[in-house]
Parts: sequence; C-alpha cells; structure tokens
Amino acid sequence: MSVATTRISVQGSEPIFHVIDEHDHPEGASTMLGFWIYLMSDCLIFAMLFATYGVLGGNYAAGPAPRDLFDLKLVALNTTMLLLSSITYGFAMLTMEKSKIGQTQLWLAITGLFGLAFLGIELTEFAHMIHEGATPQRSAFLSSFFTLVGTHGLHVTFGLVWLVTLMVQTARFGLTTANRRRLMCLSMFWHFLDVVWIGVFTFVYLLGMLR
Amino acid sequence: MTTDSHVEARILHSDGGHGHDDHDGAAHGSLKSYLIGFGLSVILTAVPFWLVMTGTIADKAVTALIVLVLAAVQIVVHMVYFLHMNTRSENGWTMMAMIFTVVMVVIALTGSLWVMHHLNINMMPMHDMSQMP
Repeated sequence: MSVATTRISVQGSEPIFHVIDEHDHPEGASTMLGFWIYLMSDCLIFAMLFATYGVLGGNYAAGPAPRDLFDLKLVALNTTMLLLSSITYGFAMLTMEKSKIGQTQLWLAITGLFGLAFLGIELTEFAHMIHEGATPQRSAFLSSFFTLVGTHGLHVTFGLVWLVTLMVQTARFGLTTANRRRLMCLSMFWHFLDVVWIGVFTFVYLLGMLR
Repeated sequence: MTTDSHVEARILHSDGGHGHDDHDGAAHGSLKSYLIGFGLSVILTAVPFWLVMTGTIADKAVTALIVLVLAAVQIVVHMVYFLHMNTRSENGWTMMAMIFTVVMVVIALTGSLWVMHHLNINMMPMHDMSQMP
C-alpha cells in the first residue's frame, strides 16, 4: 500500500512539499495561543527577577533586613485583594458567556476596584519603606526587592489600564466577538499576575520573615 | 429490550448536550470550578501566612519547606481552575509552551542560586592573593 503511493508520487513530474489549498484562518483564531506564549515569555522575565532576588536577597549592606521592613498583615490584606479580584474576573467571564453586558461590566468594575486597592496598599508599603530610608539604593537586597515587586505592580497597573479600556470598548460596541476575545486575553493576564504574586508573597515576604 | 433502548436514549441525550461548543479552542470555566479554585486558594494562602505569623512550628526550615510546597500546590490550583490549563486546549500547544517554560524557569532559578551560592562560599574568606602566580 505504502509502496504504491510512493511510486505514484515519484512518477509525478514534480514533488510538492506544501499544501496547495490554503485553508482560511478566521480572524483571531490564533490570538489565544499567541497571548499564552506572550505570558510564558513574561513568566521568564519574572523568573530572572526571582533568580536575581534569590542571589542578592541576603545582601543587606548593614541596612534593614526583611524582618525590620515587612508587615505581614499588610501583605495578607494585599494578597486577599488580588485573590478576590481573580474570582470577580472569573464571574465577569461567566456573565460574558451568558451575554449579560450589564453584569459583565459590573464585575469588571469590581475587579478594577480590587486591583486598585492592591496597588494602593502596595504603594503605601513602598512609601513607608522609602520614608524609613529603605530605598532601592540602600542595599542589593532592596534593589532586587523593588525591581521584582515593582515589576509585578507595574503589570497590575497596565492590567488596570487595559481593564478600563475594555470596559469603554464594551460600553460602546457591546460584547462583540473581538471584545470577547480581548476580555479573555485580559482574563489570562490577570490570573497570570495572581500566579506570579503567589511566588512573590511566598518567596519574598514569607521566606524573608523566616530568614 | 427496554434496557437497550434506555441506554441508547442516554447516549443520544449525552451527545446532544455535549456537542454544542466542544471545539479545540481555549477552555472555559464554570461557576463551580471557579468557586472550587477560589476556596482552595484561600486555604492555601491562609495556611502559610498563619504558619509564619504565629510561628506554630518552631523549626524554621520545616516551616519554609511547608510554605514552599503549599505555594507550588496553589500555583497548580490557579493554573487548572483559573487559567483552565489542560492537555486539550489549542491541541495541546498551550501545555507544550508551559512545559518548556517550566523547564527554562527551573534551569534558570536552580542554576543561578546554586552557582552563586557556591561562589559566595568560596569568596567568603579572603584568599591570600599574594600566593597566586
């Protein structure tokens, strides 16, 4: 059987190495996979920052150590905010699948408020640390701390900008196919940031307090 | 005879209920899966915070190990229940991309920590450089 088919292709005038009939790709068909690969590359950025913190995290330069700086109650509150924003975004996706535009917008707004609360608490913590003289310039530990946690905070900030943009888009154009796709991408981004935060509170805050 | 037709009806019914949107695109969650994921992640967050804040376990190394294991479990919970990771979505390419990333992350993290740790140990006592050729 296989011999016969081989002979036929050899006897043909020219071997063809590509599929002739190009099947059409619907718009946005590969967006989700592409966005997932972007998230994986973002994951590598965070891995490098975690590695940097892991190497430099113990170099205090006779300055403040994690035990002197971190307030675990504040971090627990912060983590709660991000966790709640994750579940409310989940609810937004569920109501989006049912095409309930008002409820979707409401859950997105609640998600945004939780995200804003997270950023507010984080900036308060940063301001408090800098006020005490624990600036990024103070020691290698603080440089790597601010780089790692700051990069995560910057991601949350851009996530919020994106969230507001999509809420405006949804208000103007409704839950169109394109808007649904965009909201699903932001959903992945938002949950991904929550995953990174698990690493941050474990590796930086909890293990820092144990050191 | 009656059981036969009963089974057939059930098969038909399950097919009809299943075949609406089961293409190989991105997976979706349900209210139940989101709530299960949220419940698990609350527990997996609260326990390590409680362990560290109260110092229930005296041995710090044991506490650190438990905290790390709980974090790893929580990351898997988030991946499955919130990011809907499975081997089927996008024909398995999301899983392939993630496995590749995990391998890279493990190499980068363990490699950096291992090499720099040994470098620190070797650098700690100042070597007598005058003995060097």
